[in-house]
Order: sequence, then C-alpha cells, then structure tokens
Amino acid sequence: MPQVTYILPDGSETTLDARDGDSVMETAVKNGIKGIVAECGGACSCATCHVFVDEAFADRVGGPSDLEDDMLDGAACDRRATSRLSCQIKMCADFDGLRVEIAPKQV
Amino acid sequence: MSRGILIIGAGQSGMQIADSLREDGYEGVITMVGDESIAPYQRPPLSKAYLYGEADEESLQFRNEKFYADNRIDLILGDAVVEVSLGETGGSATTASGRVLSFDRLALTPGSVPRKLDIPGADLDGVLYMRSIADARSLKSRWEAATNVVVIGGGFIGLEVAAVARKAGKNVTVLEGADRMMARAVCPITSEFFKNAHERRGSNIVLNARIDHFEGDGSRVTGVAMQDGSVIPADIVMVGIGVLARTEVANLLGLELANGAILVNEFAETSNPLVVAAGDAVMLPNPTGADGLVRLESVQNAVDQAKAAAKTLVNQREPYRAMPWFWSDQADLKLQIAGLSTGYDQTVLRGNPDEDAFSVLYYKNGRLLAIDCVNQVSDFMAARRCLTNGQTIDPAAAADSSVALKTLITD
Repeated sequence: MPQVTYILPDGSETTLDARDGDSVMETAVKNGIKGIVAECGGACSCATCHVFVDEAFADRVGGPSDLEDDMLDGAACDRRATSRLSCQIKMCADFDGLRVEIAPKQV
Repeated sequence: MSRGILIIGAGQSGMQIADSLREDGYEGVITMVGDESIAPYQRPPLSKAYLYGEADEESLQFRNEKFYADNRIDLILGDAVVEVSLGETGGSATTASGRVLSFDRLALTPGSVPRKLDIPGADLDGVLYMRSIADARSLKSRWEAATNVVVIGGGFIGLEVAAVARKAGKNVTVLEGADRMMARAVCPITSEFFKNAHERRGSNIVLNARIDHFEGDGSRVTGVAMQDGSVIPADIVMVGIGVLARTEVANLLGLELANGAILVNEFAETSNPLVVAAGDAVMLPNPTGADGLVRLESVQNAVDQAKAAAKTLVNQREPYRAMPWFWSDQADLKLQIAGLSTGYDQTVLRGNPDEDAFSVLYYKNGRLLAIDCVNQVSDFMAARRCLTNGQTIDPAAAADSSVALKTLITD
C-alpha cells in the first residue's frame, strides 16, 4: 500500500497506508485525521480539503484541473504554488511516500 | 453509572454526532444503531460516481474500522430500535433482534425514505428508488442491460441519474409533474436552463407529465403509461419524487412533529429535553437567522446540525447557525447553491446560460439571499463566503461577469 504523510497545522506528522485509488482526502478522513474537513465528501464542491503538496512530489502529482483551480482561488487559506484539493489526488504506487501539509484554515 | 449516549440512525448525521462527541471531550459510552448492514457511508455518490463505476462501496465508507475502535464508538448494524422507554434520567431501547440498550441521552438521526409512487404496476421489478446502497445496487445490477431509462421526478436525484444514463448512451425520458424542473429549489431561469441542457444532451424531458400506470410483462416493468394513452418504453424506471422523514422512533416517544418531521429548536433539542435530533428527518428553525422553520435535506445540514446536537449532548449548548449550501453534479453540469432563496423579490443573471456557465443571484429588499451557480465555482465560493459573513453584493453590479464576484462584496 502506498504511504502518505500528513503534516498537521500544529507541525505534527502522521503517516498512513492508503488504499490504492483512494484519494489523499479519503485516506485522511477515514482514519480520523483532523484538519481536512471535506464537507462535500470528494465532489470538488467545497474546497475544504486544501493541502500543500511537498515540493519534491509537486511534478509527479501535477497541478489542479481548471475547476479545481477556481475552487482553490476561493479556499479559506491563501493558496501556494503547490496547493491542491486533496480529494482530487488519487493514491497510487507512484505516489508512495507523498508528503502533504494540511492548510491551517479550511472553512 | 453512566449509560452513555445512544444514536439511532447510522447515516451522515449520526456518524457526525459520534465523531463530534469525542472531539468535544465526551468520555462515556457511544452506541450507534443502524438498520442497514454496512457502516455509515456517503450517499451523494450513489447517484453519480458509484453509478459511473468510479467509486466502489469501500470508498464510500466515512471511516475505517480502526477509527470506530479507537474512538470507542460501538456500531450495531443491521438492527433497528423497535421499542423505547424514557424516564427523567434516561431510558432503554430494545432492538428487533432483542438487544436492550440503556442510555442517559438519545440522539435521533433516522434520515428519510423515498416517497413511493402508488400507482398500478408500482411493484413490478425494475421500478426503483435511490436512497440507500441497496437501492444503488438494484439500479446498478440492471444498468448494463437497460436500453430505455425513465426517470420520474425532475429534481436533483432524478436529473443526476438521467445524466449518468444519457452519458452511458441510454434512451432517457424524464417525467416531471410540475411545469418546471427542480421547482422547489431553484428559480425559473435555472429550471429552464436545466431542461434545455438535458435536452441538448439527448434526454427527452416531459413537463406537466400525467402518469397513469406502469406496464409490465407480468414480472418486469416494460413501460410507463401516460393518461393520454401513450406508453413510454422502459427497462428501468427510477422514481425520485422526494423523501419522507422517518419518525418511527420519534412516534414511539411521542415527540412533537411539524409537517411530518421531528421538530427541534436551535439547539437540536426535540420536545423531550433528553432527546436531540438532526439531519434529513428534522424540521428546524431557519439556521440563517431568518424567521420560520425549514427542512434541509443536505450534507451540509446533516453535518453542521449534528455538530450542534453533539454540543447540546455535552452541555455546551450553542445555537445552530449556518449558511446552507447544496450541490448537484449532472454529467458535465456542476450546480452549486448557497443560501436559501425563499422569499426572494429579485434575481440577477450573471454569465450566459447558452454557454453552460452562469449564476443567478437572489435578492430580497436589495440584499443577497442566495445564489445558484452552474459551472461557476468562483462565483459560488465568493457568494458562499459573502453570505456566511452576513455581507451582500450590489445587484446592479453583479450582472457584469467580467468583474470577479469576490471583488464586489460589501457589508
């Protein structure tokens, strides 16, 4: 199972095994990681699962779609170069070791 | 001795109450009873990603087993409360399988059931509803073989299924009894757009539809017979004509109802102070602060009202205040609604419906009440924040879609 590490707003880190195909958001929420709100459950409709992807993975993970890009513009936290909505990043073997920082404000 | 909190109903609201109770520091026993056989799951994808085959049942689960174990949330699935007694300091419930569950406080999150269409032939195989994973499995198991899909009801759920069916190349007819689509939720501009948009994608939309009965071959549905004598061929009929609040347990307790739903106050308390209720089955004071009672069948309300209910259960009562919002994905059309438009006296159109991208802003006495956005997520995000903060947008300026809505927000 590919692993993903979450850096929480308080600086602490949690590493989880992700089911192949589950999103970075789903992996966090199913395990009860706080800070990723995901109000809409992954429909790219709420921008409350905002993360900053670690620079080292930014190219591999890629950038947002146009729709996601517009959602990020309206996110509660100012976006950065590697901002993504974690519901739109599906885990796969290639992303094993992924690190994402959870945006400190989601709503 | 603490007997804990019993949550009856294991949907989105029930799950959220359990989660929030632990987050709010509640240390007692939490038991959640659900009559479905699987742990709490997301319903919205059932009519979209699940039907497309993009989401499986495991991916729909809200939490994994470890979460429930770590948080000491005792899930009782595939069982239902059939008797309940309540005194001044708590009570006990008995389930269909004979379990006896004692509690100090009770939370009701029973959700709703689809309203059934009671016409001749309604029990034919292939006449389906969409609410639970069992409903979705029934639909999916007949999906591949179906050529002709008839959807009864031009609301969110019906149009979502129609969009998936059309994208899969099926012949799709939507029968709506009213004179426009989604009439309860949106204004005529948005209704008209969705009618045209679904027609452009190849669906047949019938307004003011008068259905007489279902035709069948003895066991399976074969068509929908209209009152004018015409018959629309159907391999599947998906009925989406609204939902009814589940009030079985509320009735056992003699709780006060309003319009067939469980009446609560702004603290999610029912007419019995030991019992809270949240979610689809509840009639509640308008959470925007406006007058009146509302029923909100949405994820946002299921979650946010549950949080208020949990606060009440841990004696940190906070009035439930929220700006309702909704979404409906219909193939490539993303509808997002923020606010409640009830009582509007003016609308402003922004953008071009013919390009499948526009917003409608709803006003009352010149102040923004709500917005419908179709493929305009920037407008949605801006207006949602504006409404949440109690701000407004000048109606005279809002129509100019070359100016970003977020730059037009004023107090």
